[in-house]
Amino acid sequence: MTTPTAVALEDAKVAFRLGDGRVYTAVEKAHLAVAQGEFVAIVGPTGCGKSTLLNVAAGLLKPAAGGVKIFDRPLAGLNRDAGYLFQADALFPWKTALDNVAIGLEIKGMPRAEALPQAQKWLTSVGLGAFANRYPHMLSGGQRKRVALAQVLIRDPKILLMDEPFGPLDAQTRQVMGNLLLDLWNADRKAVLFVTHDLEEAIALADRVVIMSAGPSSRIIGDWRVQLVRPRDIFEVRMDKEFHALHREIWSVLKDEVMKGYAQSSHAAEAV
Amino acid sequence: MSRVTLLALQILVAIVCIVLWQLLSTFPIFGKILLPPFFFSNPVDVFDQIVKWFVSGVIWKHLWITLVESLLAFVIGSLGGVLVGFWFARQPLVAAVFDPYVKMVNALPRVVLAPIFALWLGLGIWSKVALGVTLVFFIVFFNVYQGVKEVSRTVLDNGRMLGMSEGQLMRHVYWPSALSWMFSSLHTSVGFAVVGAVVGEYLGSAAGLGYLIQQAEGVFDVAGVFAGMFVLSAFVILIDYGVTLVERRLLVWRPTVDGRG
Repeated sequence: MTTPTAVALEDAKVAFRLGDGRVYTAVEKAHLAVAQGEFVAIVGPTGCGKSTLLNVAAGLLKPAAGGVKIFDRPLAGLNRDAGYLFQADALFPWKTALDNVAIGLEIKGMPRAEALPQAQKWLTSVGLGAFANRYPHMLSGGQRKRVALAQVLIRDPKILLMDEPFGPLDAQTRQVMGNLLLDLWNADRKAVLFVTHDLEEAIALADRVVIMSAGPSSRIIGDWRVQLVRPRDIFEVRMDKEFHALHREIWSVLKDEVMKGYAQSSHAAEAV
Repeated sequence: MSRVTLLALQILVAIVCIVLWQLLSTFPIFGKILLPPFFFSNPVDVFDQIVKWFVSGVIWKHLWITLVESLLAFVIGSLGGVLVGFWFARQPLVAAVFDPYVKMVNALPRVVLAPIFALWLGLGIWSKVALGVTLVFFIVFFNVYQGVKEVSRTVLDNGRMLGMSEGQLMRHVYWPSALSWMFSSLHTSVGFAVVGAVVGEYLGSAAGLGYLIQQAEGVFDVAGVFAGMFVLSAFVILIDYGVTLVERRLLVWRPTVDGRG
């Protein structure tokens, strides 16, 4: 295989120093490689540190041990090849939808007059062509996610990092957004690292599904290849026999971790 | 309720109050005037006084002086507040060192500073401007400080991931956030600028609305005191209306445009 590796986590360990001086290990020795053009989903129970791992790949967080390589080069500082789609609202509330998208180009030094038409084009391609002059608070949660997607994609990053981007949306909107994401991704197949707690979403979108154990000190405990044909339709793919078989297989592993995760969080609650 | 009905009711309240005031200060009830004219004057005299001021034109000079003092206090206080607020928020060490002193100065009732300012800056407009500045500065300062410190972590990370440099973060994230906090306190800070000016004039000056009221009081001219108060409130309402217009223009991106902080 000659496909280059876009993101490589090499035994990355993530630890935080707690207020009382103890060290909390969120992720233990994570080893994961995302090839160029590959869509990898990370699934795990709440609190397993999957978002932490994504922040490491983004360069927002330094691993306590191990390393991160982006296109075979060790990552120092922020990951300039990556676009990051956040779970929470990350749009600039004082900019219109159009300005929010155009800013990605303006930062690079492109004149505003040049950036605006491109931003309008991207807004149209996420289905918000008519909403250019709205401020984020005038948009629905799903529309804000679309703007955020356009904001990230207009910079044409080689890698997409997504932290439960559709988490706060309702079930139908999530599926529509999933299809939109797949359509846009199909156009140029960037490397994607997609964090979610929703196994169905992960299988429907990704080429590979990676499962993490319950935290603390969570590890990667499983890695499945999703062979479903592309292009996929999220609504259709869920009816597929293969989808069900894979879902059952992965869930049998994930279920135990989810239970452990719950047990731990309730113990923690008792301790308090 | 329609706007017209609301306005009619609002005017009705004023009419009832003024009529009551006039009646109680001119006609005895059970052989006693409830609002003795010496202490309460009456609406007709007060109105007379206001008309006299405007017809003779004396009032314009005083209004102008108070307006200039308020504006200068607002502009200087805001500028200082924004700069220092920004500086403190970006340099936690500086903020920590100065924290007790900021609290100390802010805890001081500003009126006690008026004599000192009069001593330092004379009885002209600058001693009043200084008093207003000490009021406005702290409001703006605290708001900007808060605004810069409480920029959403996610929005900041997003800016960084989009490739913003420190300077660009300043321009596209910190600055708008700080300004929005400053504008949300616009009504309060403009109000305090006027308070600073008027109180300063009242305590020692040769012109301005505060001086006018103080002069009238000095000769037991109650009608003059009330007339001064009415002109002052009309003045403040006009300024406040101006602020609302500015705010509507500047904070369109905010979910609650009318929210007053």
